[in-house]
Amino acid sequence: MTPHLVEQFIQVAYIVAAALFILALKWLAAPATARRGVRAGEVGMLLAVVGTLLHQGIVSYQWILIGFVLGSAVGVPMALYMPMTAVPQRTALSHAFGALAAALVGAAEYYLHTPELSQFTMSALALEILLGSLTFTGSLMAFGKLQELVPTRPVTYRGQNVVNLSLLAAAVAIGIYLVVEPGASHLFPLFVALSLVFGVLLIIPIGGADMPTVISLLNSYAGLSAAAMGFVLENNLLIIAGALDGASGFILSVIMCKAMNRSFTNVLFGAFGQFQAAAEARGEARTVRSATAEEAASILEAASSVIVVPGYGMAVAQAQHKVRELYDALTKRGVAVRFAIHPVAGRMPGHMNVLLAEADIPYDRLLDMDEINPEFAQADVALVIGANDVTNPAARHDRASPIYGMPILDVDKARTVMVIKRGMSPGFAGIENELYYLGKTLMLFGDAKSFVGAIVKELSDGGHG
Amino acid sequence: MTPDLMASLYVFLLAAFVGLEVIRRVSPLLHTPLMSLTNALSAIAVVGAIVIAGEQRSTLATVLGTLAVIASTTNVVGGFLITDRMLKMFKTRERTRS
Repeated sequence: MTPHLVEQFIQVAYIVAAALFILALKWLAAPATARRGVRAGEVGMLLAVVGTLLHQGIVSYQWILIGFVLGSAVGVPMALYMPMTAVPQRTALSHAFGALAAALVGAAEYYLHTPELSQFTMSALALEILLGSLTFTGSLMAFGKLQELVPTRPVTYRGQNVVNLSLLAAAVAIGIYLVVEPGASHLFPLFVALSLVFGVLLIIPIGGADMPTVISLLNSYAGLSAAAMGFVLENNLLIIAGALDGASGFILSVIMCKAMNRSFTNVLFGAFGQFQAAAEARGEARTVRSATAEEAASILEAASSVIVVPGYGMAVAQAQHKVRELYDALTKRGVAVRFAIHPVAGRMPGHMNVLLAEADIPYDRLLDMDEINPEFAQADVALVIGANDVTNPAARHDRASPIYGMPILDVDKARTVMVIKRGMSPGFAGIENELYYLGKTLMLFGDAKSFVGAIVKELSDGGHG
Repeated sequence: MTPDLMASLYVFLLAAFVGLEVIRRVSPLLHTPLMSLTNALSAIAVVGAIVIAGEQRSTLATVLGTLAVIASTTNVVGGFLITDRMLKMFKTRERTRS
């Protein structure tokens, strides 16, 4: 092939890849076509990589191959053997890797071309490196929190927002200076360092329950840094893929924020910790009713419609497979069992769905908040497993409650409510849950996995008699 | 601003709108696979990394490029594999019984 033909092939490969990427996301819309979407994305990626390998300027494949081998050695085992409960951690790590790649390519481009960088290219480069670096360290912090390597509680201190914003302002100021003076390469390492530190400080005050929003936001930043790389390299495929990723992260962040009735700025700059004092003061002694596994089993058996409300506690207790056994036992008795999934249940968007699907629960039984909420009024039993704040009726009427206005699952409308919980400790936000004190509520105290197991045992024993 | 850069901005704008429209239609059921798939797609940054690692225009650039190839390859292979692994688990009632 002549160099001209090769160049044309590369361009065609890129444009086909771009089309396939868009189709991939289109097909992902529904479970029936979703795997076709993955295929389309893989073919697009393969085309783009093959096209790039034909690039005329490449003088040696040695390091590229080494990179492929090492990258696969890390990526493949992580994808195949990581348990589904660890999906949020893996996602945070992959955001970190993606952002790291963007920042590294940006740094290489800077040192190759300084000081002959146009203002536009340098602006894109500065944005790529700022977003790439802060997303890299931010995602590593998020990974650390999800893996519980660092404290998951929000870490706050006086003047935190001032420190963070000054740091960001300093980084942006140096970035702007570099745009005006691209030759000032002695400032470049400082620019990278400030961006890296800002990423860490941005995530420190964020608590576990805000992770779904933060992961989505980091997803968006990683995509935007890839798009910025596309501007630097004048590569439209990168711009398109980055824009798609950025858009996806943005939509998910908006959905998560809405589901918590909070704004972006509130999630990033207003750690939930400050609410605790207000909530504790209102704690008066109230009584709850509790029940045994045997009683719970007989109530469930007598029901005709049951809605299960899973939360992060189910993931922590690894109870999803026991929940599936419960689903099977009840379905066999003709009880209609459905699952109510709050958008922020778990540690990332869609977390509960993946866990329940892994446990082989059919996906048409998993309903999102808007679909399931009108159904609670007709349900005989709502069984809450490891969810707390998203079921608190105070969000609807108590203006003093920190979660006032947050859309919740209407669990309290069910005829009987059962809550599996380790003890009476308040939820993440430190708020008492009114649901537990309702006359229709039965508290089932114990570990989610073993309690569900006990109910299943009662149900199957009852079946013999 | 050169026409090339303007064209790039148009590409970004259109891709962002297409992305918003297409992704809005993704069922909340699949938001986790969505995130891992878009993550794999944006690992297309590997093409920029390949060129820098392969052109070998300076030692520093080659080192940075190679590290970037490692990081993005991790996402390319890992992202697609885990997305497919998750999607395989989503079954309807008939298929779970088989």
